[in-house]
Amino acid sequence: MSPPEVAAPAARERLVLERIAARRARPALFRDARIGLAHGAGGKASRDLVEGLFLPAFDSEALRQLDDAGRVHVDGLRLALSTDTFVVRPLQFPGGSIGTLAVHGTLNDLAVTGARPLALTASFVLEEGLEAAVLETEVSTMAAAARAAGVELVAGDTKVVERGRADGMYVCTTGLGRVDRRAHTSPRRLEPGDRILLTGPLGRHGIAVLLARGEFELDAEVASDTRPLWPAVDALLEAAGGRLHAARDATRGGLGSVLNELATASGVGIVVRERDLPADPVVAGACEILGIDPLYVANEGQLAAFVAPDRADAALAALRAIPGFSEAADVGEVVAGPPGLVQMDTAFGGRRVVDLLVGDPLPRIC
Amino acid sequence: MRFVDEFRDPALGRSLADAIRRLAAPGRAYKIMEVCGGHTHTIYRYGIADLLPPNVELVHGPGCPVCVIPMGRVDDAIAVARRPEVLFTCFGDMLRVPGGGGTLLDAKAEGADVRVVYSPLDALRLAERHPDREVVFLAVGFETTAPSTALTLRQARARGVANFSCLCNHVTIVPPLAALLESPDLRLDGFIGPGHVATVVGTRPFEFIPREYGKPVVVSGFEPLDVLQSVWSVLDQLAAGCAEVDNQYSRVVTRDGNPRALSALADVFELRPHFEWRGLGFISSSGLRLAPAWAEYDAERRYRLPGVRVADPKACQCGEVLKGVLRPWECKVFGTACTPERPIGTCMVSSEGACAAYYNYGRVARQGAAS
Repeated sequence: MSPPEVAAPAARERLVLERIAARRARPALFRDARIGLAHGAGGKASRDLVEGLFLPAFDSEALRQLDDAGRVHVDGLRLALSTDTFVVRPLQFPGGSIGTLAVHGTLNDLAVTGARPLALTASFVLEEGLEAAVLETEVSTMAAAARAAGVELVAGDTKVVERGRADGMYVCTTGLGRVDRRAHTSPRRLEPGDRILLTGPLGRHGIAVLLARGEFELDAEVASDTRPLWPAVDALLEAAGGRLHAARDATRGGLGSVLNELATASGVGIVVRERDLPADPVVAGACEILGIDPLYVANEGQLAAFVAPDRADAALAALRAIPGFSEAADVGEVVAGPPGLVQMDTAFGGRRVVDLLVGDPLPRIC
Repeated sequence: MRFVDEFRDPALGRSLADAIRRLAAPGRAYKIMEVCGGHTHTIYRYGIADLLPPNVELVHGPGCPVCVIPMGRVDDAIAVARRPEVLFTCFGDMLRVPGGGGTLLDAKAEGADVRVVYSPLDALRLAERHPDREVVFLAVGFETTAPSTALTLRQARARGVANFSCLCNHVTIVPPLAALLESPDLRLDGFIGPGHVATVVGTRPFEFIPREYGKPVVVSGFEPLDVLQSVWSVLDQLAAGCAEVDNQYSRVVTRDGNPRALSALADVFELRPHFEWRGLGFISSSGLRLAPAWAEYDAERRYRLPGVRVADPKACQCGEVLKGVLRPWECKVFGTACTPERPIGTCMVSSEGACAAYYNYGRVARQGAAS
């Protein structure tokens, strides 16, 4: 085949891809007739719902940042506010429970926006017939988790619904934090050259919950990674200060979704190196058998940090020095483009796109 | 992971890629079809196209079980799922396949009880756990998944589970391949044969391809090294000017297949006179239905199905993509009107579908390779 014949289809292919890129860059639209589970899964449908319905309706400067917590400025004081609802089934699973998630989840949303958590509120939706012992266990779990994180629970609310209208219990927590003096993070601050640090292996939480449901007849020892992330953010800020450009906990939708959100928000590209991703062999095995990509599995105790190259090594060393974070790794970097596109250098030696997920790969996990 | 990582070794991958580059004649363009959607998935997931020289092109074939289901059959499934007494079960990828009137996922959001299962046995267990409901399993797939449906029905009978039935859309791989080979616009140099199907049926059913059409077939495993080695092996046959069925997946595939699975198939299923394939039209003796001895488990007999044939949307070129005549991005609606979130055609739905795989994984990798 002569070179012009090779080039012609390639040029046409590039045109098609450019057309698609332009289309994808259009603002999100919410135009579904009904809510489906995918709207809660952290992928494309979630993005359409949040950016196509909630954002235009509640429009505010803080919301427009699309960060994990909203910033509120009061008399020169920089505060952060975040809220999250927990509907996990089963209520308890190896490594944690709905109570631990409810505390860590909200505190971590504050932490990754650079805010030291100060106080929490909790709302309970309880199903008629829920065993009191279950509630007591979760309440004491929450109290212990809040104490351990040095945060007070300062207000609450309770509602009870008829049997069959809730899965035992749902918990909603709201957290207030004070934005750290050293913190100048934003999902829009990613810059080409930034290195991407990941705090540990992916997928433990999602797989632990999935296996705890007992639907797959897979026996594997996997515990959820739920834990507070403020110590990690504190260490990153100490090592990198304002050179920490962004941080995000890789919860629902996993690392793949988080990278896509930030690449889009900052208008940059991202390249991840598969061989550098820390891996839990048991999680990797379960994902292999179930045909799930660990990149999209939820974590409750891992964050991705985007650090300017001159402070990246120091930041990584600081992370690894914290107990429980020794597996932290440098897993990729921010590149100029194509904007909004996340790619992965596969361990096998090829390169592929890591896109936002369309549907829901997993059942309710947080 | 032992027994997995060995087949993903990057150093071996590079040396195979070098061997392929040496074997491919510079003045010649090669088109090799991977028949099975599982291979398509592997090729994109590991970025294998990047490792091949530009004159060796992999063409995606008709072997994605979700992609070949025609719209009318999806509508039949939705009609059953909407019945109040029915608890409808299917594999996850079927949920978003568009019929003429929406998807199973739409039906679920509107109140139908649709649940995802990983195995037909899970569906049977649901039937035992919900004796007051009628559990229907939507069976799709080639000879790979058909034996598990057959064994599940045998178990249903053995355990006396009466509230269980199967809406059968199983298909067989050889008739569409034969139809493809007869197609006048086909220009293929060889095939990467479907390893999972061959585990059941053996390599013998593919011997007509080299014998009658003179094209090499290499039955391949699903790890990246398997696929690269199979590409090499097709090129090797072409270079030597011979054509035969080579079994690269010999760690599980034999010439005669799995006799127990084959006897379960023969016991439970019979061939339909013809079956419609998405984009390919009606193909004789290509679909399976439950044999008369299993009529009581046949959802087609238990429920009145609309059974309406729905023409593929005009803009959709899934047929050409399934035949390997068009590359996914050459379809008129690819990536614009037809996207993974709003698929028009089935190829854009399953992760094994050529269009979805290219859209999700391949977009830029090939752009880089082409420039």
